[in-house]
Amino acid sequence: MSVFINKDTKVIVQGITGGTAKFHTKQMLEYGTKIVGGVTPKKGGTEVEGVPVFNTVQDAVDATGANASVIYVPAPFAADAILEAVDAELDLVICITEHIPVMDMVKVKRYMEGKKTRLVGPNCPGVITPEECKIGIMPGYIHKKGHIGVVSRSGTLTYEAVHQLSEAGFGQSTAVGIGGDPVNGTDFIDVLKAFNEDPETEAVIMIGEIGGTAEEEAAEWVKANMKKPVVGFIGGATAPPGKRMGHAGAIISGGKGTADEKIRVMNECGIQVAETPAVMGETMIKVLEENGLVEKCKTH
Amino acid sequence: MNIHEYQGKEILRNYGVKVPNGNVAYTVDEAVEAAKKLGSTVSVVKAQIHAGGRGKAGGVKVAKNLDEVRTYADEILGKTLITHQTGPEGKEVKRLLIEEGCDIQKEYYVGLVLDRATSRVVMMASEEGGTEIEEVAEKTPEKIFKEVIDPVVGLSGYQARRLAFNINIPDELIGKAVKFMTGLYQAFVEKDCSIAEINPLVTTGDGEVLALDAKLNFDDNALYRHKDVLELRDLDEEDEKEIEASKYDLSYISLDGNIGCMVNGAGLAMSTMDIIKHYGGDPANFLDVGGGATAEKVTEAFKIILSDSNVKGIFVNIFGGIMKCDVIAEGVVEATKQVGLDIPLVVRLEGTNVDLGKKILDESGLNITSAGSMADGAEKIVSLVK
Repeated sequence: MSVFINKDTKVIVQGITGGTAKFHTKQMLEYGTKIVGGVTPKKGGTEVEGVPVFNTVQDAVDATGANASVIYVPAPFAADAILEAVDAELDLVICITEHIPVMDMVKVKRYMEGKKTRLVGPNCPGVITPEECKIGIMPGYIHKKGHIGVVSRSGTLTYEAVHQLSEAGFGQSTAVGIGGDPVNGTDFIDVLKAFNEDPETEAVIMIGEIGGTAEEEAAEWVKANMKKPVVGFIGGATAPPGKRMGHAGAIISGGKGTADEKIRVMNECGIQVAETPAVMGETMIKVLEENGLVEKCKTH
Repeated sequence: MNIHEYQGKEILRNYGVKVPNGNVAYTVDEAVEAAKKLGSTVSVVKAQIHAGGRGKAGGVKVAKNLDEVRTYADEILGKTLITHQTGPEGKEVKRLLIEEGCDIQKEYYVGLVLDRATSRVVMMASEEGGTEIEEVAEKTPEKIFKEVIDPVVGLSGYQARRLAFNINIPDELIGKAVKFMTGLYQAFVEKDCSIAEINPLVTTGDGEVLALDAKLNFDDNALYRHKDVLELRDLDEEDEKEIEASKYDLSYISLDGNIGCMVNGAGLAMSTMDIIKHYGGDPANFLDVGGGATAEKVTEAFKIILSDSNVKGIFVNIFGGIMKCDVIAEGVVEATKQVGLDIPLVVRLEGTNVDLGKKILDESGLNITSAGSMADGAEKIVSLVK
């Protein structure tokens, strides 16, 4: 088991004929992901890396039976690409694209209300269930199959955490990048819920950063509902207020969204927070020890 | 992106939001000329900088005649204003807004922001105009009223009315206040604003509802579809190194410390600053080279870091995903060839093509301290700059 994706997930790549998408289609295929089709308007009938290309998402779904899509479409057209995937009733849409205007995402979120599709991202590294399915841009080789769930707002910081866990011998059930934008599809709580119900996942690390209050809300949810230990990290403790730190959502405004406040609430809710990004793995191992889960989670 | 008050008011005017008549002036003579054109008995001389708190810093003066306009314009132009938003170095005033005075009855607050919790735009209003909204939120949160706006229908009449009644706009001006709020929301959405703040909104003796100040910020990601807004960018208001970085799509922010950082990914870049602080050092910048950077971009990034005279050492921390380590290494070598390097450089490489990257650095002959992990690198650079 795992969350959101597994070896049976059938994926189409929206914007497959672009440079980045081509590169990652190849990487995903090499990892073993079932990429069954691609979509680029007016390129229907061609092939990329041996994968058939269609003009519309509906065509691709009808022909291949895909249930998930990954979007590499440029920002001005990405919101429309999400709508198209939702309209085709895919179970899961993962949007890698960065720099989508916020107003576009406000409309997308409104459109998705009551629809069956789950959106992950935008502006995220994707989702990986190690040794089964990789959808996104993360380097596959650092991941190992195992029992730690990973959820994060940052791409490279996720790699850092996964790397530390794998090096120490602790594999991951699924790693989910929810993205660094202020308006996104799947939030911390959605992923925590899924990990809570996933029998393969024994413990979770959630990696947040400054801006907004998603971490605080997630911490409250953990306190009330989570049956498994949760470890945390918050990036940006030293970031100056009022400055956007790369991610559109990483900004302290009006005194809200500071790392100190997030860490305070997380601690209060029973989440141990790693003091530096270098000890995310160590902190997890310490918590596993405290919960008698080391043996269960040590995978290699 | 930020713009000046006078530019914001110009945009709002086009959406039917009432603002006082006024003109921008770059010189004292232009200021007097602008006041003459207004023909009002009282005019206001307002410093135009991208920061709030101008009034308290002496950047806003009420002039009763043209002589006073001249005196105040002369006093404010070229002056460095220090407010709570400018930082201790302050900002030099290069532009003035000359505006007609008005008979203020009462001051209010109206603002629009994105509410991340609901993923919708929220209009906030308060009777406590003129004070910072954060302060009101802290001391008297019950005086702030909010309406969450459905993007499909926009700000409804009843919502605007409810806000206007809640903040005690006089009955006879409710209609004008609704028109004001509707126009403001329209401008916010159509121009892809990230913040629109009217503080204060005023009611006047002659029965008007006016925006006495206007702060509009725009979503950088949407500027591609607003060429008119992009033209309002004032480079004098931005950090030189940040402007240079933006030309290469690098995400760079100047800080006060002495350790330059080059990192890939926003989260890792922030955390690299954090870990430098943790070991007792001080980062000179935030720099995310992004995922798709070329060797040329990395070269420019390195040059920007080196152009900061405070920088006494550099820490390169890369976890290659999309970003390949050899590309980073090539960029670092090329930049040092072009501009020289006489300060310590610590490099930590991990991820895609890490061996190739390390080889390039080893063979470059550069004096590079390599680090096995992020913590190791941070410790090393901190001790090297001490």
